[in-house]
Amino acid sequence: MTLLKLFWSFFQIGLFSIGGGYASMPLIQEQVVELHHWLSMTDFVDVVTISQMTPGPIAINAATFVGMRIAQLPGAIVATFGCVAPSCIIVLAIGYFYLKYKNLLVVDGALTALRPAVVSMIASAGLSILLSSLAQNRTDSWLALRLQHIDWVAVVLFLTGFLILRKWKINPIFVMLGSGGVGLVAYLLTGGG
Amino acid sequence: MNHDFRFFCKLFLSTFSLSAFTFGGGYVIIPLMRKKFVEQYNWISEEEMLDFTAISQSTPGAMAVNASLLVGYRLAGFFGAFVTLVATVLPPLLILSVVALFYQAFQDNRLVNLVLKGMGAGVAAVIADVVVTMARDVVSARNLFQIAVMLLTFVAVFVFEVNAILVVLVCAAVGILYALLLKGRKRGQEH
Repeated sequence: MTLLKLFWSFFQIGLFSIGGGYASMPLIQEQVVELHHWLSMTDFVDVVTISQMTPGPIAINAATFVGMRIAQLPGAIVATFGCVAPSCIIVLAIGYFYLKYKNLLVVDGALTALRPAVVSMIASAGLSILLSSLAQNRTDSWLALRLQHIDWVAVVLFLTGFLILRKWKINPIFVMLGSGGVGLVAYLLTGGG
Repeated sequence: MNHDFRFFCKLFLSTFSLSAFTFGGGYVIIPLMRKKFVEQYNWISEEEMLDFTAISQSTPGAMAVNASLLVGYRLAGFFGAFVTLVATVLPPLLILSVVALFYQAFQDNRLVNLVLKGMGAGVAAVIADVVVTMARDVVSARNLFQIAVMLLTFVAVFVFEVNAILVVLVCAAVGILYALLLKGRKRGQEH
């Protein structure tokens, strides 16, 4: 039953994340955090963090991580398989029938609206990650976030990282390693965290 | 091309190493695949690679998975696609399984938690950077329809917490209607 749920959940994530890169993030958050409570928001932020520093697409990384958590190795394999199953069916059908996919008016039209929508969905998931990492207790709900509960070290890390990325376009891995290292020192010095 | 055992080994190993050394996922893997399969091995043409990129960008699922399925299928049919699929999925599957085990063991460690907390702020910065770039691209295209879709979707998802799958379905439908409408109007002007 659990395996079936895992499969179905990640099948939907695979089927509805269109546009590559971060497009799967909002769907993973919805299925894994909000719907099934397999991960807390804190765990989810950690999975995204780990995904940035390990090879492979975020969706596959999340599938393996959640699968391991819920049902060990069989869970990881089932969730990963669920995640790639829609790709296999759709991409291979296109290859098999050799569809002139690019020129289909319907596909083009759908993508015209999907591209900007995906930007907003990523923005929304990114905002909940931001709010969760700026809260002092790494709580699950950012609604409870008040000024005295704000983690100022995280605010400084976020703003510095953002400015560095905008200005110099460096590899994101270095920003994350940097904020991890600087964060550790800052938290130990301020006795926070 | 001779599809012997050595060919499939080469296909598996090259796809595996591409997947194992592509960090962060997303578009990064496409230029690397091009270098390997087009320039180095001469297995597929430049034009095919462009087609594969367009298809894997606009079909559901992870780009790396879609692109390698297409390369495998093109080179050796369904079995080729199976080989490249397994080779693409295996590195993240293995690495994240190990990470998940360690994560459970280190979850309560204070120092690990502090590092992850700092990295969380870094990840938020990385995503913010990506979102700003993507949103700027949409705005600078000056397509009012796309800008409207972007704003409405944001309100729907962030403020009203509308289901993400529903948003994808509705946007796809609206986009198709919009394209048909434009085409109809263009035809009307011609007559």
